[in-house]
Amino acid sequence: MEPAVLTGEHYITGDVACAEGALAAGCRFFAGYPITPATEIAEHMSIRLPNVDGTYIQMEDEISAIAAVLGASWTGAKSMTATSGPGFSLMMENIGLGICTETPCVIANVQRGGPSTGLPTQGAQSDMMQARWGSHGDYEIIVLAPSSCQDTFYLTITAFNLSETYRVPVLLMTDEIVGHMSEKVIIPKAHEIKTVSRVKPKGRKDHFKLFKPGAKGVAPMACAGEGYNIHVTGLTHDEKGYPVMSVDTQAEMMERITGKIRNNLADISRTESYLLDDAEIVVVSYGVSVRTSLAAVEEARKLGIKVGLLRLITVWPFPDDLIRNLSEKVKGFVTVEINLGQIHREVQRCVGWKVPTFLAGHPGGTIIPPENVIEILKEAF
Amino acid sequence: MVQTNSRLQTKDPCHPLDDLIRTDRIPHIWCSGCGIGTAFSSCLTAIKSTGFDLKKFIMVSGIGCSGRAAGYVKLDSFHTTHGRAIPFATGIKLGNPELNVIVFSGDGDLFAIGGNHFIHAARRNMDITVICVNNLNYGMTGGQAAATTPYKAKSTTTTLGNPEDPFNLPLMAYASGATYVARWTMLHIRDLTDSIEEALSKKGFSFIEVLTPCPINYGRRNKEKPLDTLKLYQDNTIIKNGANPSEVDIDFEKGVILGKFVDEDRPTHGEKYDMIYRAVS
Ligand SMILES: Cc1ncc(C[n+]2csc(CCOP(=O)(O)OP(=O)(O)O)c2C)c(N)n1
Ligand code: SF4
Ligand SMILES: [Mg+2]
Repeated sequence: MEPAVLTGEHYITGDVACAEGALAAGCRFFAGYPITPATEIAEHMSIRLPNVDGTYIQMEDEISAIAAVLGASWTGAKSMTATSGPGFSLMMENIGLGICTETPCVIANVQRGGPSTGLPTQGAQSDMMQARWGSHGDYEIIVLAPSSCQDTFYLTITAFNLSETYRVPVLLMTDEIVGHMSEKVIIPKAHEIKTVSRVKPKGRKDHFKLFKPGAKGVAPMACAGEGYNIHVTGLTHDEKGYPVMSVDTQAEMMERITGKIRNNLADISRTESYLLDDAEIVVVSYGVSVRTSLAAVEEARKLGIKVGLLRLITVWPFPDDLIRNLSEKVKGFVTVEINLGQIHREVQRCVGWKVPTFLAGHPGGTIIPPENVIEILKEAF
Repeated sequence: MVQTNSRLQTKDPCHPLDDLIRTDRIPHIWCSGCGIGTAFSSCLTAIKSTGFDLKKFIMVSGIGCSGRAAGYVKLDSFHTTHGRAIPFATGIKLGNPELNVIVFSGDGDLFAIGGNHFIHAARRNMDITVICVNNLNYGMTGGQAAATTPYKAKSTTTTLGNPEDPFNLPLMAYASGATYVARWTMLHIRDLTDSIEEALSKKGFSFIEVLTPCPINYGRRNKEKPLDTLKLYQDNTIIKNGANPSEVDIDFEKGVILGKFVDEDRPTHGEKYDMIYRAVS
């Protein structure tokens, strides 16, 4: 056996940091299928997992990878997979199964340029709406976006903790740039890392209801082989887990799976702000684009532009109220992201027509140069 | 649809398999004359006769009439997505190798949309048992052609006859690496039950095909009344254990070969993974 937490200072890629973060969070099962730029996560997990009493398997495609992850999660194992655009598309139906059956797991999407095969070796942030709405039906989901390798390490742990807390698949939306860059990553001592595991049921096994909300609106989770005779289905089901094809049951189930997220926004939503106190313009960004946004904000401040940065660590659920409140105080927003305006439109939705909103984006393949952001700041305000 | 059975309200078990059935979910959805229930109860009987701890049995199904089995069995049970029962079961087995994992699903689910997963699980020799209810069509969606529909058979999407040839499922299982392969009809209930019990007790990837009537959607369109299908199962089948899987194509005119075709021992996926990855360290 090797230690699961490799305490110390490392110089590693974002992908490896993701794998190490997962192991530190207690992940013991990985099923995957190779795809650039996420492959290194699978490779690293294939080496590390058996040495920490975990299991790695390379499946025949991404559909089976996510299916195996869900199955493993129902045995109590913290489970994950990692992929990029095309594989993410293939996973969508079973991500919906995970949402509907309230199955904790983590899916890392190391984003590359799309659509289709797109730009396999170049970064983008253009799967952000797919992360929100890619599987059919209504739902709520938790999506985190790391900006650096150190961040990837910690946010992978957060992803597991949130997925275990809320019994929901959590998507870690990183990208090729962060995934493939190497940086210093400090891994703390094992006891300094906070890990969370799903709440287990107590009381009589024959009276147990697998989907009856407990604390925070989340049902305790029994697993396969524990003697609860659980039934798990992707059909609309009642608190017991039994399928019921009725309008009322649908409404109740939807309230359970969306309510547990919507009613815990304070716990789930994470943002960071920089120079926002006196800011007249807010740059909104997430993931790798936070780095260029930061450079742009610092440069613009030197030019006397009163600009600050709002970093979305949790991108979904979206911090509607935060942006709405800011929009009462400032003169405008610039969203920086490597796509054609996916989160920009969300900012617009929250701001309405109160103040102008701009996009510093492009279709993918590289970072947004800070100059592009400064240009908008200079010209628009 | 069956009428609610008032006997079920009483506490006494009224069927020897009641302890393995979620009686609170009865009536089931299966049509009268459907063969799935017989295959299902055969599977439950086999589970019981193994004598293994029932807590450790897990049933996983995909989507379809056959896939509803997971919703009626009183074991930990998972009704997953169409075609994905096998990879879901793979995750369960790898997550907790102590569990006995049974996949119970339909021909369309396991061999059309899920065909790729079937061959790969067999290739890996995943230690699971797969029971395929083969009713030669997509029952649940109303009787469309499947990858198992015989050449020239009628379905709602092959109204003039199926222009395609079906898979020979035992051959595919064998060629992919399954270590146990058998075929029965739901009429051969004793052989079927024994076979399932044997498969459950055996390590490695086991596959059992169960020919089963779907009078509503297949029989009706192919001039087979419910009893006609059973008659075919009785008269036009040949039991030939050890038959060469390449010679067991389904052809009721020639006679359909039933029996145990493959029973081999090879290390399972778990054994090989443990040997290579966990032995040292
Ligand atoms: C992704 C997806 N495609 C299509 C369907 C529709 N569908 C439901 S059951 C089924 C066929 C089931 O056939 P089979 O596995 O043979 O089961 P049977 O009903 O015959 O027992 C199909 C196509 C679905 N549920 N999901
Ligand atoms: S449609 Fe066919 S397979 Fe489905 S329950 Fe009815 S008879 Fe059985
Ligand atoms: Mg069928």
